[in-house]
Amino acid sequence: MSGRDSLSGSLPVAEAQAMHARVPELVVISGKGGTGKTSVVASLAVLAENVVVADCDVDAADLHLVLAPEILETHAFVSGHEAVIRQSDCDASGTCKEVCRFGAVIAGEGSSAFVIDPLACEGCGVCVELCPAHAIDFPERNCGEWFVSTTRNGPMVHARLGIAAENSGKLVSIVRNEARNAAAGNGSSMILVDGPPGIGCPVIAAITGAAGVLVVTEPTVSGEHDMERVLELAAHFQIPAAVCVNRWDINPEGARSIEVRAREHGATIVGRIRYDAAVTQAQVGGRAVVELGGVAADDIRAVWDRVQRWMDE
Amino acid sequence: MIVAIASGKGGTGKTTVAVNLALSLSGNVQLLDCDVEAPNVHLFLEAQLEGREVVGIPVPVVDADLCNQCGECSRLCQYNAIAVLGTGVMVFPELCHGCGGCALVCPEDAISEVMRPIGVVEESRSGSVHLVQGRLNVGEALVPPLIREVRARSCEEGVVLIDAPPGTSCSMIAAVRGSDFVVLVTEPTPFGLNDLELAVETVRTLDIPFGVVINRAGSGDNRVQEYCAAEDIDILLEIPDDRRIAEAYARGLTLVDAIPDICPLFDSLAAKVEALSPITAGRPIGKELADVRP
Amino acid sequence: MKVVVTSTGEGVDSQVDPRFGRASTFVMVDTESGETESIDNSGGARAAQGAGIQAAETVSRLGAERLVTGHCGPKAFRALQAAGIEVYIGASGTVAEAIGQLKSGELQLSTGPDVGGHWG
Repeated sequence: MSGRDSLSGSLPVAEAQAMHARVPELVVISGKGGTGKTSVVASLAVLAENVVVADCDVDAADLHLVLAPEILETHAFVSGHEAVIRQSDCDASGTCKEVCRFGAVIAGEGSSAFVIDPLACEGCGVCVELCPAHAIDFPERNCGEWFVSTTRNGPMVHARLGIAAENSGKLVSIVRNEARNAAAGNGSSMILVDGPPGIGCPVIAAITGAAGVLVVTEPTVSGEHDMERVLELAAHFQIPAAVCVNRWDINPEGARSIEVRAREHGATIVGRIRYDAAVTQAQVGGRAVVELGGVAADDIRAVWDRVQRWMDE
Repeated sequence: MIVAIASGKGGTGKTTVAVNLALSLSGNVQLLDCDVEAPNVHLFLEAQLEGREVVGIPVPVVDADLCNQCGECSRLCQYNAIAVLGTGVMVFPELCHGCGGCALVCPEDAISEVMRPIGVVEESRSGSVHLVQGRLNVGEALVPPLIREVRARSCEEGVVLIDAPPGTSCSMIAAVRGSDFVVLVTEPTPFGLNDLELAVETVRTLDIPFGVVINRAGSGDNRVQEYCAAEDIDILLEIPDDRRIAEAYARGLTLVDAIPDICPLFDSLAAKVEALSPITAGRPIGKELADVRP
Repeated sequence: MKVVVTSTGEGVDSQVDPRFGRASTFVMVDTESGETESIDNSGGARAAQGAGIQAAETVSRLGAERLVTGHCGPKAFRALQAAGIEVYIGASGTVAEAIGQLKSGELQLSTGPDVGGHWG
């Protein structure tokens, strides 16, 4: 397993320069989880020609279950540090517990007065610095892995964020960076990104510098509420946004309301996708729904056509 | 008694379960919406806002007169939030994690702290449910401190339900850590199973007892049930794949109000929750987290 | 005057690295005495955030008055500006060639960042 960090200077200059050619990135996000974003991305990956797919939904990634990547490279994702008490040198002063702002120092067992909970430790290093006995080690933290792979539809870059890892967006940035390298190397026309849910750091890391975001939402009050927050985020970073309502026929009134709301935020409506049991059945069979057919497949094709025209504008 | 409702995958029905469970429990219930990037519980409860508090992270301010540019602050900072540049020290508050280290190590005592707002905590009430929700400011990167603030407002007594954010990263941990029981909500699909396995690994690492609720049961395949059987995991409830449920949810209605024949399902879940007992002393509980507030 | 050029390796014959915060090496050239020094910046590659700020600190501590690179992001720019360092972008070729480009006025003096944050 290579320890190469793609953000280091090991990148050949030609590729670094090629990054400036900026292959457009379309980032698919949702605000709310569960709107069908990954299922839609899987279908777009099948429909699109000459694209690199980047799965930036690194905390609980699913796209690989449909695209079935063959892993070519595996890299460790090392990020930040964690504090570990060397019990043999600890004099139980309790300084670490006093200074820790994250509640990470808890009572130990047996002869250990204190122990640091790795699930709560943020790696700030304050206890390491201030321990009067210098009894705290500060190793780098292994926070997951990232992969460069190939699929039946082209190159794919994806990752697995470790449990309880800080979801800082750094792994997302690495995946995007590697996807750009792959796109430059392949002469790809576009990078299709499966984005993370929410509006925090990983989403920010996924969308900055993107050519556009496609928000896949659902006709529910939750979907509308979260779409608004994610459109505000896109506007904050001055990224053009398109919206499509998935499973719109579950609540046609809600779908209309969402589209009005989306336009108010300056987003372009690129279509609607009907509810279709075939989507789940396709997933169960490890396929994208456009590989099976049906009403959702037809609607997704129409959305893709519209998105491509929008991207060209 | 603190019960967290979590899920590896987003959109499986955490909020649906949290809200309808809260309404099915007897007595007063406190519901903490810790999905601070996208808090949705309030959309289902007609609640009167009772209080709003701005929440922030303590970030450094450097007194230029006292500062001698020794660089100790910058050397310690793991986040590159403070730097000695030219003849002064510059702070990048958006990168600061609020650890307080720079202020502690400054030999000249030149660093004090001010609150940088990251979001709000709002309290409201709807019948027997006391809702506390966190709402992150749009554009804000750091999530766990706001979740910790919501957790710090947890009652000492009675049942506290936590609607956790999806995933298994630091945000989910901040929401779930220290609870007595976790309800993992999933759906019977490959994505659901994949993310359930990650969530189970996380909850086992946290060493908290848990059970599974399968939402949209019947819509996919049997692999989730098979997995639970193989792992000896209790399936607490199966919510059927019923279009009426999808429609009620879409309109922001609670299931127990909109679909009376669903009530027995949530009553049975409520009975199971009421039969739980808190984990014995020695584990971190909500109260310890309250001591951590900056 | 001391000029720092972002580089992919040591010495004036290495290729310019267009990135600042995550450049592998800084090559500092004293344009009067001709002395050069190569400084490792691999720490910048590992930083989860604020790599540009850390790099600005390094360049400031070296006493450089000018930075020559390909691109500069917003936080890095703020930091360099605070340190009173002039930023010249658009450099290419070897470090020696970039110094030549600087001297002949081919490079643009920046008045702000030219790429967004979280870049690279």
